[in-house]
Amino acid sequence: MAPEPRVSQAAVTARSLRKSYRDFVAVDGIEFDIQRGECFGFLGPNGAGKTTTMRMIYRAVPVSGGSLAVLGHEAGRPMADREIKRVVGVVPQEDNLDGELSVRENLEIFCRFYGLSKSEARARSSELLDFVNLSEKANAKVMELSGGMKRRALIARGLAGSPQLLVLDEPTTGLDPQARHNLWERLFALKRKQATLLLTTHYMDEAEQLCDRLVIMDKGKIVAQGKPRELIEREVTRHVVEVWHGEAAAPALPPEMQPLTRRSETLSDRLLLYVDDGEAAIAAAARHWPNLETRLRRSTLEDVFLKITGRKLDE
Amino acid sequence: MRLPRIGESESGMNLPGDINLSMALCVWRRNFTVYKHTWVTNILPNFFEPVLFLVGMGLGLGVYVGRNMQGQDYVAFIAPGLMASAAMNGASFEASWNMYIKMYFSKLYDAYLATPAQMQDIAFGELLWGTTRALIYGAGFLVVLLGFTLAERPILTSWWTLLVPLALALIGAIFSLMGQWYTTLINTIDLYSYYWTLFLTPMFLFSGIFFPVSDIPGGTTVAWFTPLFHGVELVRGLCQGPLELRHLGHTGYMLAVCALLLWAVPRRMRKRMVK
Repeated sequence: MAPEPRVSQAAVTARSLRKSYRDFVAVDGIEFDIQRGECFGFLGPNGAGKTTTMRMIYRAVPVSGGSLAVLGHEAGRPMADREIKRVVGVVPQEDNLDGELSVRENLEIFCRFYGLSKSEARARSSELLDFVNLSEKANAKVMELSGGMKRRALIARGLAGSPQLLVLDEPTTGLDPQARHNLWERLFALKRKQATLLLTTHYMDEAEQLCDRLVIMDKGKIVAQGKPRELIEREVTRHVVEVWHGEAAAPALPPEMQPLTRRSETLSDRLLLYVDDGEAAIAAAARHWPNLETRLRRSTLEDVFLKITGRKLDE
Repeated sequence: MRLPRIGESESGMNLPGDINLSMALCVWRRNFTVYKHTWVTNILPNFFEPVLFLVGMGLGLGVYVGRNMQGQDYVAFIAPGLMASAAMNGASFEASWNMYIKMYFSKLYDAYLATPAQMQDIAFGELLWGTTRALIYGAGFLVVLLGFTLAERPILTSWWTLLVPLALALIGAIFSLMGQWYTTLINTIDLYSYYWTLFLTPMFLFSGIFFPVSDIPGGTTVAWFTPLFHGVELVRGLCQGPLELRHLGHTGYMLAVCALLLWAVPRRMRKRMVK
């Protein structure tokens, strides 16, 4: 692949980026910078504006306001948009593999869109099938693939044009745990090759595992951003004690536990206590609520989201 | 100097309206690949249909009509027009149901739009494919008519018949574009039944395939506005002569409508899909 003529560090730069439809604002003035070679995440619940942001980046929808530069090209002008589309690979949320073609044909046909000749497309498709471990299914029809295989085929298709930036929109949604890990493993392989990855997810563990940096989106806005662990430590405490009360009313926080607890959240079936000293807090909780189930765990991005929005990610 | 590779967005490769020809050819290639899988199954009906029409209507009904059709056998009178309508149908299927499915059900166009292709390239590629389908349909007909002619049922009586494929391609292009135009207007696939019953079927019946349009009051005037009439006249002129100045007019009419739609439809398609 030819080197990018305009040298620029940032892969994607967005300033006051907006997308609105007639009476609905999907993305409401967001700003972020994605560096080359990093894995950058967009975490948020359904409807937060993640997919719309991705679609603006890969130029499938026009920008309503603000500015967006992708790999050195200012989005919006026809020639720049074509250039962006050529160097950005896309793995969509929905399976839109071509059901009338075999897996290999799917890849070969899409390679041709990136200017590969017939023989180049054939060679590239073999490489890609190998990379996503689908060589044995090369001649299978798309409908014969499992969900996880389809997702890997989509990743292979997204890599058809040797992109400088790969956009993955909820790559593991709807997959069983084994297929998910299989897919993560492929994404780690891409990370090892210093690929620039951009992914959206509503799984906090996925974001924590894969992303070097991320933003949390809610209702079209970015509500927090940073490296996953730093973000957690900045926004919430290191540890959480969960007190499961089930159907019963949430218990009140006893005075002896108040100095240990920085903050608490009440969910429908459990109480979350954000604590610095996990050992001391879990011991105190077990003493105080001998009949309830108490658990100590590390804080996650879900806790960050809960603190900022007052809601859980999957609500 | 490095030669430009197909797919690179060198400005010289774009047609007017920012249509990239190599992207359009990629879309065509996909359809051709799918067609190749099932071409044996697909191509046979292209032969059954003309034979059925020619035998049923031409020979069957023709017994009652005799040689009153401007001095011709009835089967010879209707054959060129039926060939034109076969091209119309071939293109219309592609631009209606098949296109709608790719737009909204299989989401294939979303997949294309994630490549360097833009919606106007996709629409143009589908136009090329619809034209190809029209040619395949029409060619089936042409082969059958050649068979009739050789079996001493003279239908193809002019050497201008060699240019019939060009006329079929023009009919294919015009109906691809009109079908695409209708596709940009509707929100449910069921609405194609209106396109078929209120637009294509009347055209099939009143464009001079089965009787001269001048036989009904105002028929010529109405027919003149429909593209199929011009297609039928052109194909009949090429198959059987004599070619007159008015055939240039029919060709010009179709080319003008094509040019107008080619300017408007890819734009509309883009507005519909990219928002």
